[in-house]
Amino acid sequence: MNTLSILIVGVGGQGTLLSSRILGKYAQLSGYDVKVSEVHGMAQRGGSVITYVRMGDKIASPIIEEGEAEYMLAFEKLEALRYIQLMKKSGKIIVNGQKIDPMPVITGTADYPNGIIDRLKNKIETFVFDAMSEAKEAGNIKAVNTVMIGKLANIMAGSKDIWLEAVRACVPPKTVDVNILAFERGYKL
Amino acid sequence: MQELYLGNEAVARGAWEAGCRVVAAYPGTPSTEITENIAKYDDIYSEWSPNEKVALEVGIGASFAGARTMVCMKHVGLNVAADPLFTASYTGVNGGLVIIVADDPGMHSSQNEQDSRYYAKSAHIPMLEPSSSQEAKDFVKLAFDLSERYDTPVLVRLTTRVSHSRGIVELEERQQVDLKDYVKDVKKYVMMPGMARLRHKVLEQRESTLAADCNSLEINQEIMNGTKIGVITSGLVYQYTLQALPDASVLKLGMVYPLPIEKIKSFAAKVEKLYVLEELEPLIEKELKSNGIDCEGKSLFTVQGEYSANMIKKAILGEDAGEIAAESDLPVRPPIMCPGCPHRGAYYIMKKLKLVVNGDIGCYTLGALAPLSAMDTCVCMGASIGMNHGMEKARGTESSGKSVAIIGDSTFMHSGVTGLINVVYNSGNSTVIIVDNRTTGMTGHQNNPTNGKNIKGASAPEIDFEKLCEAIGVGFIKTIDPFDLKGFETGLKEALNFQGASVIISKRECALLDKKKWMPALSIDKDVCIGCGSCLKLGCPALVKDGKKVKIDGTLCVGCGLCVSVCPTGAIGNGENT
Repeated sequence: MNTLSILIVGVGGQGTLLSSRILGKYAQLSGYDVKVSEVHGMAQRGGSVITYVRMGDKIASPIIEEGEAEYMLAFEKLEALRYIQLMKKSGKIIVNGQKIDPMPVITGTADYPNGIIDRLKNKIETFVFDAMSEAKEAGNIKAVNTVMIGKLANIMAGSKDIWLEAVRACVPPKTVDVNILAFERGYKL
Repeated sequence: MQELYLGNEAVARGAWEAGCRVVAAYPGTPSTEITENIAKYDDIYSEWSPNEKVALEVGIGASFAGARTMVCMKHVGLNVAADPLFTASYTGVNGGLVIIVADDPGMHSSQNEQDSRYYAKSAHIPMLEPSSSQEAKDFVKLAFDLSERYDTPVLVRLTTRVSHSRGIVELEERQQVDLKDYVKDVKKYVMMPGMARLRHKVLEQRESTLAADCNSLEINQEIMNGTKIGVITSGLVYQYTLQALPDASVLKLGMVYPLPIEKIKSFAAKVEKLYVLEELEPLIEKELKSNGIDCEGKSLFTVQGEYSANMIKKAILGEDAGEIAAESDLPVRPPIMCPGCPHRGAYYIMKKLKLVVNGDIGCYTLGALAPLSAMDTCVCMGASIGMNHGMEKARGTESSGKSVAIIGDSTFMHSGVTGLINVVYNSGNSTVIIVDNRTTGMTGHQNNPTNGKNIKGASAPEIDFEKLCEAIGVGFIKTIDPFDLKGFETGLKEALNFQGASVIISKRECALLDKKKWMPALSIDKDVCIGCGSCLKLGCPALVKDGKKVKIDGTLCVGCGLCVSVCPTGAIGNGENT
């Protein structure tokens, strides 16, 4: 398989690292080479965070650069717009409609941009949904990760069984059932 | 068996497989997860030492005692450990001694982006640099072998992208490596002038042997493709090179000090144009040029930040990348203190009192950012107290009583305590706020000598700040909950008015430490809120503007209640937003 590049973007503390772990596991179970580049440290304290997942026959760089990403999972809509230059024109964005004000907006030195979803849609195919409500419906508001992964699994196709196995392997053991429910909700969106 | 490992996890695995018995470290991004993963192996003794110097000294002792030993730190930690480092190069080792240093080009989570390769050169210690998780594991094992074969500590340099990238790693079994005998050898282990002069000669001889031998070292790998472009590189930049210049020939250096000059000369002769691709300082480039090897490097690139495949493509092939233009003018999203963060209370009061605040390294450095904007300086671990003392000695009464040093519990143990001793000894007037959040926060919650737990989470002796300060001779000591804003303000004012050294211990647990303690989200009664913005001055991400008034983002609020105490109209309480 040619290299497939997936971005995961969001706000530090949203738990995006779990998504990257599931994607890494999915790649491994599918027999691909895979590299995942994570953000640790200061940005995890409410800053803008980006994780790269690359899978394929042989992966060199773990970093996704301008014009390389096929897919983006965005946990916050402003963060989707922030990293759009990393996408291919033919790429697809899956965005959780959640809005988290960055500090310059809270302090009044900047405005939260209007019409983000339209700006995304004008450039690239974009799927928007309220992943938090879906996660709540599934039984745990923290299962946003697996809702998003479910939607991605549906778009990427591939074996659903492998996706489910990857989810089971990565989420905390006590939360497997609720995460599988959340995955299914995302898958059907 | 294969696993998808972080570079740091792979380093830990490599040490375990190599039969390593002792690991000491102080946490620091991007190196922290190495030792966190080491702690999971029961056949390795591991510890968080109070700082990197102590960690390396523990490592040297364990090595002399015959154990394979590893010490881990971030780049600036190696500055702290530099004193024992330079002399360990003279003594050499008994059991293999491997020192991991993780650089942070681009300063993802650091105060500078110094290049640790210069330490290898100036301390005359060989340095390896892996480019993937698999190599991280393999190189650590090789480093132990080289350490024992050449009787030298060996440095392994990581960068953030190697430390924090996951890749597939082939796992192997642990080698059974016995403790070597400890034999008293004062000529090797007691470094006073007479002995050290002899060891300096040994060191010089060892370095020239290594410089010759590294030409045939397998990890210095020549990959021939076309002859038009040749690249000499190492670490993760090698991976960028593969992606950017698939037709180029590459000499990939697994050992970045000393350099295999003969191998480099032979490679240079095979290619028409030679580039050196290295992040940060032009160390390899300068070494090549001083050996008369024609090459190009920093004239096309930069000493600032990280390289990338696209940057290499642009500089060497003139090719642009990207299909969609970046959006300009988006509001930035800097890191912030978490909802419920105990530091917020302390900063709110320091700002209110308009103090000059000498800061330090930790989550609380974020107090420098708007809207708290309550920090004046931040230089390095432990610096706040010394700098505050220096300011007071320079400006006298103009400064005393109007400035404070703020330092975290772990940072105080790392290198703040010596600063405090200095204030007392030299009759200073400094006020020090120790923000004790019961953990080492920014690096991801490591235990330390002040929270009663060791690296494995088992109970450990807990250093009592009040008694420690008392023993040092601090005249005014008070422990206050920073969420008791009134009490904190009164206590801080008393401390500032006190003649002599004073310490406030601002004690409240990190909000992320025990999420079970989180309370239901608060809400704001719109009819009572007058939109004065007092609560927004706290810089809590859960408090957001809603037209002219304020609302609480219930998904972020942890119900800490600090905003309740600053609201003049009592608009904040339990329940849903209205």
